[in-house]
Amino acid sequence: MSDLSNMVKKELRELLTRQTIIPMLVMALIFAGMGGVTGGITEEAMKNPIIGIINEDDGPLSGIASAVLNGWAEVVYNSTSGADVQAALEQVNERDGVAVLVIPEGFSDSIYGNSTGKIQVYWIMRGSGIMDSVSTGVVDSLIQVINHEISKELIEKDVSINPEVALNPTAKNETTIFKGKEMQGLSPVVITGMLSSQSATVPVIMMMIIITAGSIVISSMGMEKENKTLETLLTLPVKRSAIISGKIIASAVVGLLMAVIYMFGFGYYMQSLTSGLEVNLADFGLALGIQDYALVGLSVFVTLLAGLSLCMVLGAFAKDYKSAQTLILPITALAMIPMLITMFKDFNTLPMALQCLLFAIPFSHPMMAMRALLFDDYLLVIGGIIYVALFAAATVAVVVHIFKTDRLLVGRTRKKRK
Amino acid sequence: MLAVEVKDLVKDYGSFRVLKGISFNVDEGGIFGLIGPNAAGKTTALRIISTLLQITSGTVKVFGHDVIKEADLVRQHISYLPEDAGAYKNLTGKRYLEFIAAFFKDGDKAERMVERGMKIADLGERINDKVDTYSKGMMRRLLVGRALMVQPRLAVLDEPTSGLDVVNAQEVRKIIQEAVKEGTTILLSSHNMFEVDFLCRRIALMNEGEIVEEGSPRELKEKYSAANLEEVFAEVVR
Repeated sequence: MSDLSNMVKKELRELLTRQTIIPMLVMALIFAGMGGVTGGITEEAMKNPIIGIINEDDGPLSGIASAVLNGWAEVVYNSTSGADVQAALEQVNERDGVAVLVIPEGFSDSIYGNSTGKIQVYWIMRGSGIMDSVSTGVVDSLIQVINHEISKELIEKDVSINPEVALNPTAKNETTIFKGKEMQGLSPVVITGMLSSQSATVPVIMMMIIITAGSIVISSMGMEKENKTLETLLTLPVKRSAIISGKIIASAVVGLLMAVIYMFGFGYYMQSLTSGLEVNLADFGLALGIQDYALVGLSVFVTLLAGLSLCMVLGAFAKDYKSAQTLILPITALAMIPMLITMFKDFNTLPMALQCLLFAIPFSHPMMAMRALLFDDYLLVIGGIIYVALFAAATVAVVVHIFKTDRLLVGRTRKKRK
Repeated sequence: MLAVEVKDLVKDYGSFRVLKGISFNVDEGGIFGLIGPNAAGKTTALRIISTLLQITSGTVKVFGHDVIKEADLVRQHISYLPEDAGAYKNLTGKRYLEFIAAFFKDGDKAERMVERGMKIADLGERINDKVDTYSKGMMRRLLVGRALMVQPRLAVLDEPTSGLDVVNAQEVRKIIQEAVKEGTTILLSSHNMFEVDFLCRRIALMNEGEIVEEGSPRELKEKYSAANLEEVFAEVVR
């Protein structure tokens, strides 16, 4: 065996351990899951959207619009009376539809009279994730097709009309209904964009804190073992809970400090992305009160406690500083899963299995809290806080137990002899 | 009063039995030595007495307190120096002593404790340097200073002079003897038979998880007609 191959073999044996391979597999599974979700988006975009149509106009141009919609969408409600909007919304909502389009009386006359014809769109928004607004994009495309077909009709028939109107004969009036709130003049895309800019900061900051502070806790345990200081520490007249709390609090302080620094940078970054959007969601009743911010803070605090306790459990398995570094990978994966899921879908629009997974991961809760509170979903937030607090208490109990066993020093527990 | 009372102590690591029902007592006020070859179970026994490890069966008491049921109380009376112990590398020697002293005393009392630790360690100005820059001998002296500055009723020292040169080892032995004069009971383990003979009032010889001999160095030398403890040791473990 050559010196080189001997060295390579030794290095591979040291690098490819269970501790490095398992987190890599977990990360691969996450990306595979992500692929499934993005594949789902394409599938969703290919489907005909479910809509309702109320056509109050009896002119030829509304007929074109109606024909386009009937041809490319699954129309579950069809009426000619504007008084039926509520019934249409209920019917479309029941069928998991996306919008009710109202073509008002005088639509055709308005266009022939050199004014754009207004189409009133009532959007039924179910969630504010990227995937939740895919269907609205399909309906938007259909409206573009209507626009195109009417333009073609006007040009073919050589109607004497303002060229500007001929090219853009229709316009939308939008109202979005989301979680019981009716927001006039806003489309789901705008709402999703604004909600993302408002609530994306918490998930990213939360992930940063967990990874940074978690890494500090795990490394601290690894360093105690590597520097051979742990045994001395454990024989001092100090309670195990004080040792554990001390490590958690110090890491949390450093983690929070780093979070503040990240927050400035990330806040500036988000500001640059959303500077073009002038909509103030507070005008539509979408603003957080002091008690809401208190709940978000509480959610962050208990999650940090739970996360760092979990890191202490992992830290107990660290043999040295090097092995401690690889142990942070499962925590990173756990922090990334909810961040990515909530980016694509709202909690309420997820399948039950994913809802259970998301709820079970403690890091999900502060990530979902802001958006949930904007729509007064206190049950999810308070339920989450209670769950995470119980999770943290159980994890701290596990850590204290580990500190009282041999596992911390000898890497295994006592087996009872029969 | 008995400083340490070990009765039928058994310790298993999984299916491997490290201690096979050992019993011995350490009287208050002297130096008791545990000697034996590698893997005899000395360190495991010291770790159990120091409340670090659980017990499979048997009992261990330190000044009458059970090391499992009353671990917090036991920790108030003991000071443990592991064989390959280290200190926090980013602290200076003095800051390290202050960190430890804060667990025992407050204010002036803690300051006096640190001064005592600095005196025992005898590192001069280097006490204000980071531990990371210390040689092995300096580190050991700092740790002996840490272990004895708290004036424990029982100091458990695992190979206290391990890796030290002759001069440093001699210094550490003197410190240990001084501590005994001030009322500390010492329980130590060592491979160095000369050191054990020089320091210990009583010794227990361990081999493969059992205590195979116990007595004063003089008694054992007479029993085996040996010139020194090394010969006794070789005879017993053969």
